[in-house]
Amino acid sequence: MRAEASREEGSPADGRGATSSPLLKTELLSVKFGGLAALSQVNFQLARDEVRAVIGPNGAGKSTFFNCLTGVLRPTGGRIIFNGDDITGLRSNLISQKGIARSYQITNILPNASALENVRIAAQSRRHAWNMIAHHAGFADINERAEAALQSVGLLAKANDLAANLSHGEQRNLEIGIALATEPKLLCLDEPTAGMSAAETNETKELIRRIAKNLTILIVEHDMEVVMELCHRITVLHYGRILAEGTPEEIQANPRVLEVYLKT
Amino acid sequence: MSEQANSAEPLVRVEGVHTYYGKSHILHGVSLTVGAGEVVGLLGRNGVGKSTTLKSIMGLVRPTQGAVSLNGQAITGLPPHKLARLGIAYVPEDRRIFRLLTVMENLRTGLDRNGVTEETRKALLDKVFAYFPVLAERRTQAGGTLSGGEQQMLAIARAMMLEPKIILLDEPTEGLMPRMVSQIGHIIEALHKEGISILLVEQNVPLTLRASQRIYIMEKGNVRHHCAASALDVNDAVIKQYLGV
Repeated sequence: MRAEASREEGSPADGRGATSSPLLKTELLSVKFGGLAALSQVNFQLARDEVRAVIGPNGAGKSTFFNCLTGVLRPTGGRIIFNGDDITGLRSNLISQKGIARSYQITNILPNASALENVRIAAQSRRHAWNMIAHHAGFADINERAEAALQSVGLLAKANDLAANLSHGEQRNLEIGIALATEPKLLCLDEPTAGMSAAETNETKELIRRIAKNLTILIVEHDMEVVMELCHRITVLHYGRILAEGTPEEIQANPRVLEVYLKT
Repeated sequence: MSEQANSAEPLVRVEGVHTYYGKSHILHGVSLTVGAGEVVGLLGRNGVGKSTTLKSIMGLVRPTQGAVSLNGQAITGLPPHKLARLGIAYVPEDRRIFRLLTVMENLRTGLDRNGVTEETRKALLDKVFAYFPVLAERRTQAGGTLSGGEQQMLAIARAMMLEPKIILLDEPTEGLMPRMVSQIGHIIEALHKEGISILLVEQNVPLTLRASQRIYIMEKGNVRHHCAASALDVNDAVIKQYLGV
């Protein structure tokens, strides 16, 4: 936190949460795959209650960035500070306990469990130690939490349907529900509308807008309409570095960003 | 160069194709044509269905609805090896060269087929080695030891071994350095002069506008814009809308 004063990013003028300490901060975060620098010295700050998009052309380092934040990948350099704790290199389950949840680019659900069971397993990971004797269905608080998560992603009516029988869009939203059931402080969404029809995209957009009311969200997305409508600020990655950061309007007006998108 | 204005059927016609990956509906009725000898550019952001369109033509995924035809003959859902024999070559985004085979052996996977005379064989090899001198130099080297750009050349050269009517090129310049990118541009131009049709999927807008005669722009599994390449400019509002931020 001391280093902050010497850096100019995160100007206090940009609205929500800018006055309190950032929920998430990376310092000189770097990942190398052999000789390839997938992320180079990324200094990133995310304010509480902010909805932030990370965009960039193919291979910019977006997924690598997510993978570092969620413990899927160990950074080769730099630090990740979340909610005041250094979480650099922690395993993904421990990071999840700290309050970062994510959805994946590829749907990640238990197809042979019901929608409710899918979210209940996630809810359980927060409330109780593993218990061999009592069935998890018996814990009222877990059930409540799970149902609330299903409700917030619009799937309560399908609680008892097998996840495999849900539509593609519903499965993607169920995955968000699973993440929500862990009661995260930060939700990372990796291409939440990938492979969705225009109608499904709209529904998911509304869903994210709803849950964003009391949650900090980091989102990787290629659908610019979704990005521009939902996000307060946008970070543009290019070749593993931050190329630009700003409001949707600022990013849209930035000629450098357009350049890397069109490869001119 | 002709805008396929003649009454003849285009070389490749894709009509109302719907393709799914499992439950995910990727293509929502894509229609496009590629004329004989024509270079057609297919642009769009990540995940809009460009590669899936190529795969649907190449028989790598089966459309659930719609039709693909080659010279007026229905080819929807034919397996890739049959389509290759009919004259469709495919250069995937990840190149898929055989890393453990030498450059020459990689080329032979397209050459060692029925009906290739010794002369044709020689002529085809001479041609690709003239296009890509570096491949001649490295003919005994394992494919996996080539640089990214050289691997891309090998993948295109291997496709040429089939004497195709059309090459489906999926992001040939991805990850290449600028000098290689312009070289790929020259190769596309050379193939075009030879009369080979190309359906070019690219993220590099200037290259695509230069290399193609016609452009299709996709969004969310649909073709949203179609025009002559000469009608578009990198600074066009259309380009910004569908490809910019």
